[in-house]
Amino acid sequence: MHVHRFERLWLVGALTLIVLFIGTVTYGAVGAGYGMVDDTGGEVDPTNTTESENFRSPGVYNGSESDHYDVYIEAKQFLFVPGTSDPVRVPANSTVTFHVTSTDVMHGFEVVGTNINTMAVPGQVATVTVEFDEPDEYGLVCNEYCGNGHHDMEGSLEVVPPAQFNESGVN
Amino acid sequence: MAHPHRSETPQRYEKEETQLKDRLAFIDRYPNAARVTRLSLGVSFTALTIGAVLGIVQALHRTNVFRGLISSGDYYSVLTGHGVLLALFFTIFFLTGIFTWGTSRSLGRELPSPRFSLAWFLLMLSGAVMTSVAIFGGLVGQIPFSADVLYTFYAPLQAHPLFYAGLAAWLVGTWLAGADWIRTYYHWRQDNPDERIPLQMFMIMTTMLMWYIATLGVAVEVLVFLLPLSLGLIESVDPLLTRTLFWFFGHPVVYFWLMPAYFAWYTILPKLSGGRLFSDPLARVVFILFLLLSTPVGFHHQYADPGVPEGFKFIAMTNTMFLLLPSFLTAFTVVASMEYGARQRGGSGYLGWLKALPWGNPAFAGCALAGMMFAAGGFSGIINAGMNINSLIHNTLWVPGHFHLTVGTASALTMMAISYWLYPQITGKRLQFYGVAQIQPYVWFIGMGLMSNAMHRAGLAGVPRRTAEPQYTQFDFAPVLGSMSEMRLQIAIGGTLLTLGALMFVFVMAGTWMAERGRGRLRVDSHLPEPISGATDSPRVLDNVKLWFVIAVVLVAIAYGFPIYSMVADGVFNPASAPFPV
Ligand code: HEM
Ligand SMILES: [Cu+2]
Ligand SMILES: [Cu+2]
Repeated sequence: MHVHRFERLWLVGALTLIVLFIGTVTYGAVGAGYGMVDDTGGEVDPTNTTESENFRSPGVYNGSESDHYDVYIEAKQFLFVPGTSDPVRVPANSTVTFHVTSTDVMHGFEVVGTNINTMAVPGQVATVTVEFDEPDEYGLVCNEYCGNGHHDMEGSLEVVPPAQFNESGVN
Repeated sequence: MAHPHRSETPQRYEKEETQLKDRLAFIDRYPNAARVTRLSLGVSFTALTIGAVLGIVQALHRTNVFRGLISSGDYYSVLTGHGVLLALFFTIFFLTGIFTWGTSRSLGRELPSPRFSLAWFLLMLSGAVMTSVAIFGGLVGQIPFSADVLYTFYAPLQAHPLFYAGLAAWLVGTWLAGADWIRTYYHWRQDNPDERIPLQMFMIMTTMLMWYIATLGVAVEVLVFLLPLSLGLIESVDPLLTRTLFWFFGHPVVYFWLMPAYFAWYTILPKLSGGRLFSDPLARVVFILFLLLSTPVGFHHQYADPGVPEGFKFIAMTNTMFLLLPSFLTAFTVVASMEYGARQRGGSGYLGWLKALPWGNPAFAGCALAGMMFAAGGFSGIINAGMNINSLIHNTLWVPGHFHLTVGTASALTMMAISYWLYPQITGKRLQFYGVAQIQPYVWFIGMGLMSNAMHRAGLAGVPRRTAEPQYTQFDFAPVLGSMSEMRLQIAIGGTLLTLGALMFVFVMAGTWMAERGRGRLRVDSHLPEPISGATDSPRVLDNVKLWFVIAVVLVAIAYGFPIYSMVADGVFNPASAPFPV
């Protein structure tokens, strides 16, 4: 079988490029420590999320270390609890783990303009850990279609100076 | 447009097709195959017309340009219709059309039984009608049907049973269609025991084998879970399991959209450029790679899913990157064949040969423009495939920005372009409104350039897809590139041009359909020249389709066996979610 010289060159070039792509992604996962959403959050009963140890009643909690916080969020048609009626509030200079689940259908949990972006799947808990350095305000948006009020499903996230956070307390 | 369709002058037509058999149009040689092809294309173009009208409704509604036609609650019935009619019915009825044509043409024989062919077509059609009725029932208050579940129908959202029953019937129809083509091949094989499989037939077989593997996922999802759920026979499902079964099918379906385009780019486009295919064996290698790698990648649609271990996402990512290889090879072959054609036509220079291509021939221009947009879509696809960078754009408007370049242009525009060449052959009628056809690919290209670039950028700003409202109350989007109002405008104008482009195409097709036979020459040259390097000197193992099929099944078992086992180990219906009718 005759393979043209240019075609052989192209083949080698394409393979090199592919290996490079895989390399950068691997570096991102292993070297730079970008943690994917995976199965570590465990499972829950969607109609009774707090029954198992994998989920707590929605709200912000002190984490295992100082400066670490855990935020438990329920996504449901068409709200984030907390997030929609009350903003999620976390302090700056902290490491925050979001635990997100759904009590009805599929939803999305996106912190607008960041790479905090996960599915909220009934029966599963998604965990995403991020560091917040500066005080700031972010929007929350549901980015998976969840019914005819989907476009109303939004909320906000406030990263407040640590002093203010102490005032409002941890739920 | 310096050299308007020179390859199609009558002299050339006569010179190449000396045998009487070749001079007859396809319809005269294979009336049954021509009829099935015509019927399939007719349904395909009807779905395109409806889908394109829904497209402009969406584009104008979600950009706040014109919201008078539907309410935001109805937006999702429209979007379900757009997704299902375009991504499933327009593309796949086109596929059954062109593959029926390709089977008969490349084997040089009729499909064995007109009744069987008609049966699978009617089964597909009735399924498509049932599903459409369920979807559009959602727009009419008095009708008790609705299926606002979008074309991904993630449980526990629940559609009317008619929606799932229709999909199932349609799917079985595609299986029978594949069986029809493959048995035609076996008939041919009996008469031609030693010949290599003709290239087009080879492509059809590998594509269908991939389809048989891939549709297993969605068939189980629909028949075991969603249809019984919608009928009330079971009470709950595991949403992660059904979603995984969907994406088992959902990625390879992408190649089911693309393969008709690749089929055209490899076997028809070189000739439209005035030359011939570079290499037949490499085309075979490419299709084998698609058969092997299309399915074990579905988890790349679930990078953001909880409950799926990172290792499986990583395997899917690696396979996805290797899946770039056949597309890179295709890019090479297509460009090389076009250059060869251009030089045959007297083109010269480093890039100057581009000018010698027949840009005024709509069949050529559409394919070439589609190929260019596919390259752009490939780049945004590499971002999607990178499992960490993906979280920047997952479920944002970037994603429809990406796939309107791939399925929405690489496939769709190629299908339209090839129809300009194919439709006269299967009807025996000269293409009408040639001038409209000539500018149509350019209208599509410009429209898609506007809409897609703006969608990509809006996605980077975090604008979600599948959303009826342009903005939210608790925050504003902060775009990095451009402004929100400018992006909305580009989406609205681009979407309008696209719908116009689709309607121009349908106008040409409808005009041709209604024209009389025998008025003027067909103006198509149906002869497909042999590749520069043919199949004869390539290893025979390439044609061992059974072997490749077995390897493909093994790869799928490796990629999916353990994850699916771990999802069902705690009970097939656990964690249990009750249905939510929409
Ligand atoms: C004819 C002109 C077209 C226009 C104006 C158009 C417009 C749009 C718009 C604005 C969306 C985004 C809706 C949203 O996420 O809220 C969309 C989604 C979509 N389009 Fe198109 N489109 C066109 C043609 C096509 C074609 C030819 C195809 C495929 C062959 C296609 C397949 C899809 C699919 C699969 C979706 C996603 C549906 C979903 O998210 O459930 N479109 N289209
Ligand atoms: Cu939603
Ligand atoms: Cu995919």
